[in-house]
Amino acid sequence: MKATVLVRPKAGILDPQGDAVERALEHLGFSVSGARVGKVVDLEVEADDEAGARAQVERMCEQLLANPLIESYEIELHGQPAA
Amino acid sequence: MASPQPRIGVITYPGSQDDRDALWALAALDAEAVPVWHEEPELPALDAVVLPGGFSYGDYLRCGAIARFSPTTAAVCAFAESGGLVLGICNGFQILCEAGLLPGALLRNESLRFVCRDVPLHVERADTAFTARCRTGQILVIPVKHGDGRYVPPPGLDPAQVVLRYRDNPNGSVDDIAGVCNETGNVMGLMPHPEHAVDPLLGSADGAFILASLVDAARDRALAAA
Repeated sequence: MKATVLVRPKAGILDPQGDAVERALEHLGFSVSGARVGKVVDLEVEADDEAGARAQVERMCEQLLANPLIESYEIELHGQPAA
Repeated sequence: MASPQPRIGVITYPGSQDDRDALWALAALDAEAVPVWHEEPELPALDAVVLPGGFSYGDYLRCGAIARFSPTTAAVCAFAESGGLVLGICNGFQILCEAGLLPGALLRNESLRFVCRDVPLHVERADTAFTARCRTGQILVIPVKHGDGRYVPPPGLDPAQVVLRYRDNPNGSVDDIAGVCNETGNVMGLMPHPEHAVDPLLGSADGAFILASLVDAARDRALAAA
């Protein structure tokens, strides 16, 4: 099953990349605020069902993909497991 | 009789850069500096361990996040948990934070720029194994060179764990924190590079206050074990 993990800087954690992106967008004439820069991890996981896949990806996030002190994560699952 | 040379290991990960300087500095300060390859599942007999600076495993994902899983890092964790002295410098500090041996995390510099310059540091504590040769309140001038040195402490970090603070914060670290130790005081990490400042020829010898303190503490342990 395909999964996408979105990793974001936690609220309250200073994100200078987001600030720089926001300034650049303003320079282009866009009116923006609150830009934050995170990471996307796409992966495929072997699992019998969606709950099993989600549980595995949760463990991946807790053990490696995100640092819980500074980052939050969100998991998106795509498609059905192979029959 | 001459006092024995303590054995201090320096871990080399793929991407470590300052392992040789750390080995050289420790030897110059009268330790037996022992290179340790990152694939070793067990440490040789050591009185202390140094995790050097660099970009271990490319620092992919987050700095230190992959190095945390090396066999030698597991051995370093076991060594630290049994009370062994561990010093992490720059990338070594990042690895110790990722491994959970030290509190907090290190993020991209607030300026988004790599900083490489001598910085003055304020010694907050002179009663640790890593700062015993210093005075509380002493100013040490030691170089930093990093792009990811902004220290973020966990909520409720005990201020007593802050060992060094920047006088002129180069990276946006919270509360000017430059170096921290664990609760038991046997593990310390710092972003500045004491191994690059042990000889006046290099602009400052203040790094020797840190490393010679470690050599002293390691020697005490070697004597106690003998």
